[in-house]
Amino acid sequence: MRDRITAFLVLLPSLAAVAIFVYGFIGQNLWVSLTDWGKNPAQALALRPELHFVGLENYRELFTGFVDVRFRQSVVNLIFFTLFFMAGSLGLGLLLAMALDRGPKGEGFFRTVFLFPMALSFVVTGTIWRWLLQPQGGVNVLPTLFGLPPFSFPWLTTRQQVLVFDWNQLPFYTALAVGLTLLYVAWKAHREGERKRLFWSLFSSGVLLVWALTLGRTTHLLPYPELHGFSLALVGVILAAVWQMSGYTMALYLAGLRGIPVEVLEAAKVDGASEWQIYRYVILPLLAPITLSAMIVLGHIALKIFDLIFAMAGLDYAPTDVPAIYMYLLAFRGNQFAKGAAIGILLLLLVAAVVIPYLASQLKKEVRR
Amino acid sequence: MRKWLLAIGMALGLSALAQTGKLEIFSWWAGDEGPALEALIRLYKQKYPGVEVINATVTGGAGVNAKAVLKTRMLGGDPPDTFQVHAGQELIGTWVVAERMEDLTNLFRQEGWLQAFPKGLIDLLSYKGGIWSVPVNIHRSNVMWYIPAKLKEWGVAPPKTWAEFLATCQALKRKGLEAPLALGENWTQQHLWESVALATLGADGWANLWSGKLKFTDPKAVAVWETFGKVLDCANKDAAGLSWQQAVDRVVQGKAAFNIMGDWAAGYMSTTLKLKPGTDFAWAPSPGTSGIFMMLSDSFGLPKGAKNRQNAINWLRLVGSKEGQDTFNPLKGSIAARLDSDPAKYNAYGQSAMKDWQSNRIVGSLVHGAVAPESFMSQFGTVMEIFLQSKNPQAAANAAQAIANQVGLGR
Repeated sequence: MRDRITAFLVLLPSLAAVAIFVYGFIGQNLWVSLTDWGKNPAQALALRPELHFVGLENYRELFTGFVDVRFRQSVVNLIFFTLFFMAGSLGLGLLLAMALDRGPKGEGFFRTVFLFPMALSFVVTGTIWRWLLQPQGGVNVLPTLFGLPPFSFPWLTTRQQVLVFDWNQLPFYTALAVGLTLLYVAWKAHREGERKRLFWSLFSSGVLLVWALTLGRTTHLLPYPELHGFSLALVGVILAAVWQMSGYTMALYLAGLRGIPVEVLEAAKVDGASEWQIYRYVILPLLAPITLSAMIVLGHIALKIFDLIFAMAGLDYAPTDVPAIYMYLLAFRGNQFAKGAAIGILLLLLVAAVVIPYLASQLKKEVRR
Repeated sequence: MRKWLLAIGMALGLSALAQTGKLEIFSWWAGDEGPALEALIRLYKQKYPGVEVINATVTGGAGVNAKAVLKTRMLGGDPPDTFQVHAGQELIGTWVVAERMEDLTNLFRQEGWLQAFPKGLIDLLSYKGGIWSVPVNIHRSNVMWYIPAKLKEWGVAPPKTWAEFLATCQALKRKGLEAPLALGENWTQQHLWESVALATLGADGWANLWSGKLKFTDPKAVAVWETFGKVLDCANKDAAGLSWQQAVDRVVQGKAAFNIMGDWAAGYMSTTLKLKPGTDFAWAPSPGTSGIFMMLSDSFGLPKGAKNRQNAINWLRLVGSKEGQDTFNPLKGSIAARLDSDPAKYNAYGQSAMKDWQSNRIVGSLVHGAVAPESFMSQFGTVMEIFLQSKNPQAAANAAQAIANQVGLGR
């Protein structure tokens, strides 16, 4: 009992600090995001600004307002950036780890070389890659070493977009995606013989899909079409980010590969599995938990990305914009504090969506133990 | 006791000697611009040796970082004694409307500044019957730079209107010059826009735009975007990746014929690149704006609640004085805001700018904070992006008007 009291007393200061400086400020930020702070310039920076409660108005403006088109592009950018960054880092890291796992000469040297970029800050990485991706220098002059004409790709400055879609159709796409996911859940439930889950997922999937295919196409967020897509200027940023983080995934995978018992691999070999089959059916499934941890770490880095883009393309260039940058611009340059706070809350929700399920599963595991 | 001594000292006219304490000067002048500020601070220390000057500089071009730091300090109730700010709406629309600044009209009267500064400038500094900051320098925004020898080689003359410019641009393109106009990153594109807008709308139309009398959606204002789009076709496609210096470099290297940039470009070419103004490089008002001087100015204000108010006022006195301005400006590469400064201290470009400053119609720059509040300016970048992405003049005009309504422009 006394131990418990001591433990509680020792923890108390940090609990209080966390309560105030983390949760208290999250709460305050949430409150600010529901006000009109910044709408009236006379109040924005007043000594005691008058704040009025406006509900979800700031959020509505961000997603459907006329002037916040840049926010929507930044959200689309963020999604594409996260996808390609995670895929690139995981893929490259796995390849490097598999190559090193075969124990080539100078393995320790290569391990250091590949891991080294992680020791740099994103600002340093960004500055170096900005030089490398200059339109008239760096990567673009590589072919001239072999007597070929230089590339002319404007890495960070192109305005070209691919995979373009209409923001207006977002309700339709969302319903379609969720509907299809639920259909998949239903199929899995069917295979596992869970009738109740099968019924509910099939039912909600059906409702969503029917809505999407009938009314979904005519439900519009904006009175006019607004096109967004994957901006190719992000390719340069993704390259730099993958360069920075693939060493980290390599280290994780290498540890995982080394942890696989030799007996398992030998047993597979004895059973007549080819090299490919060993990877496909033995090694990769055993690496799945590592992939999940890496995805969590990479995912929250991607969602919070700010410094790399700041250093590579600057704050003002919309084709490489992400919500964190737009939040900075709105709040600290434009004095739109409430809207900035709203973006902050949205980012918090996104990161939470990635991290909380992971934490929950970890917690469950610990309890089970 | 000390206060009492101070009062006697002031009564005896020895205020200068009696001044003690500190003075914190907040600015973004570092690097190339640092020496000019330091010269001014040295002058201050000569006059008030008892005052300890704290030079609180936050680096970052055009104050991008400094402004964020300033905001945090002001909101946290810890204002510096005086801070640098672009003269005009950048100060007024942000801090004056929030009632955070002291009115300096009396200081202007005492020092005779109402006569020393041109009226157009005083108007830009005024709001609701007060004058809100002391300008230390003047830069010109609407200047077109070129290399005379190159133009001769290509057989073209500096264009006088945008129509002429577009014709010249086509001629140069036929001669194999890919991008006759050198352009840099986002803000320099806005900088180009304001020169196009000034030429299209004229000085009165430009002023009406910012007082709210002319809507952005007016056909005349929409036409600005149309011309701007055509002008952009003459510019390099990799603009977003270039700093303004790199854009100037293209003109110097003969890869482009023209660049529209503020007159800090003159400082860059004459000081850093060692070119001789008037012969190695030359300038003209940007097309369609001759006789109009689009100005921007760095200034200092006095926040309410400054801890060393009297020292700050003495600093403002120095900043606005002839001696202060002639110490600062030749080093900074700008000209004095006062009408009576000494031309002999400036180079060929500076002298020509001084002549224009005293005779031209004066209007304020958008990009550099003179005519629109920060809340508008920062979102104007989004308008620019809408245009660059969609190339749709009407969409850009609608967005600009929506933002103007939101921030209450001209109210």
